[in-house]
Amino acid sequence: MSYEFDFSFLDEYLPDLWHGIWLTLGMTTASILPGFALGTLCAVGRLYGPPWVRRAVVIYVEGIRNTPLIIQVFWLFFGLAVLQVRIGPFPAAVIALVINVGAYTAEIMRAGFMSIPKGQIEAASCLALKPSQALWSVQLPQAVERVYPALVSQFVLMMLATSIMSQISAEELTGVAYMIQSFTFRGFEVYLVIAVIYLVMASLLRLTLLGVAQVSFPRRRRLGTPL
Amino acid sequence: MLGLTIEQIAYLFRGAGWTIVLSLLGFVGGTLLGLPIALARSAHSKLARALSGALVQLVQGIPLPVIMFVVYFGISIGGFDVPALVAAGVAMTLYAGAYLGEIWKGCILAVPRTQWEAGECLALTSTQRFIFVILPQALRIAVPPTVGFLVQIVKNTSYSVVINFFDLTYSAKVINNSTFKPFTVFTIAALIYFAICFPMSLLASRFERRLHRG
Repeated sequence: MSYEFDFSFLDEYLPDLWHGIWLTLGMTTASILPGFALGTLCAVGRLYGPPWVRRAVVIYVEGIRNTPLIIQVFWLFFGLAVLQVRIGPFPAAVIALVINVGAYTAEIMRAGFMSIPKGQIEAASCLALKPSQALWSVQLPQAVERVYPALVSQFVLMMLATSIMSQISAEELTGVAYMIQSFTFRGFEVYLVIAVIYLVMASLLRLTLLGVAQVSFPRRRRLGTPL
Repeated sequence: MLGLTIEQIAYLFRGAGWTIVLSLLGFVGGTLLGLPIALARSAHSKLARALSGALVQLVQGIPLPVIMFVVYFGISIGGFDVPALVAAGVAMTLYAGAYLGEIWKGCILAVPRTQWEAGECLALTSTQRFIFVILPQALRIAVPPTVGFLVQIVKNTSYSVVINFFDLTYSAKVINNSTFKPFTVFTIAALIYFAICFPMSLLASRFERRLHRG
């Protein structure tokens, strides 16, 4: 087998690759905070809400977690098109990612809330905090800090999952790769390069999110120990 | 029915059949690859741990669709004309092997150290200790997360749509392109996926509760 590797496409298509990288990162960063907020809201609803809210959250979480992301994306994107809602692939991708990652975050955050010792909540009510105040300033920070590693892994997985968005013609990194290989017929080399770029992005995202933890968890910064 | 013909519904179910085939391929291949990875990850040798760890990091840091493309184009540069099933199967094997290896490593390490020591006191060789003392206990711990990961395997076979493998997602895409009834088509597809995955999710959490009860 003699195969000549040819990476000369890199020069010509570098701007396209950058464009794809930015779109992938943009999609990811745009989805993290709304997805986290949605998931946390659902976790609170599942734990403390009225019965109908709990049931609705369970249906949402199990429905999303037991079907593939790509089916959800198709459902949303092509469905909106039929309803005559004009929406670009980028916002559609972000909406789908938020809905998807929200379900996973809900389960992670639920575990976080459940791991908080009862004494913390009792102490909060002894200090005359209202339940909503206790939730916001006692339970939430501790829950986030406890499950933070799991959240980081989930968001890294979400970044990797954006690679499917080229299926609805969002020109993220994998979409750019497909375009390049169809011009150059260098599929193997193109996807090797793309794989390395994803590896680097995954490490960078992980490092960034861990850096955010250092800044936002003062107790951890002072003591250096996990909660 | 629902604005789709019987043939179209049957087409979706044929795709679902291939989804199951690919899932089984991924699970069997993933087991064959995952077992040595789990052993290497929990081995004494630093080199074995470092190499297997690097492999796991590599696979877990690359999106599955990209792995599919790399395998697909990688096999075809050898001059072979590969059916998409082979490429998708190899990619699923790599993916499932890395994750299962990491899961099972955790299960092996979760067996208390004292069990190793007890085995040593009974003058068992290290192979005997591993096979007769550690492995049975590790297997018990491994059941819930393995069943849980099966759900991931089934869901992630949908990524094989990028190399045009004919699975449930692909067939749904084709039917939608010809009927333009996305809500009907993708809801049916989602329900089929759900019908495969949800029982396994329930099973996994039931196994887990039973394990914790002891």
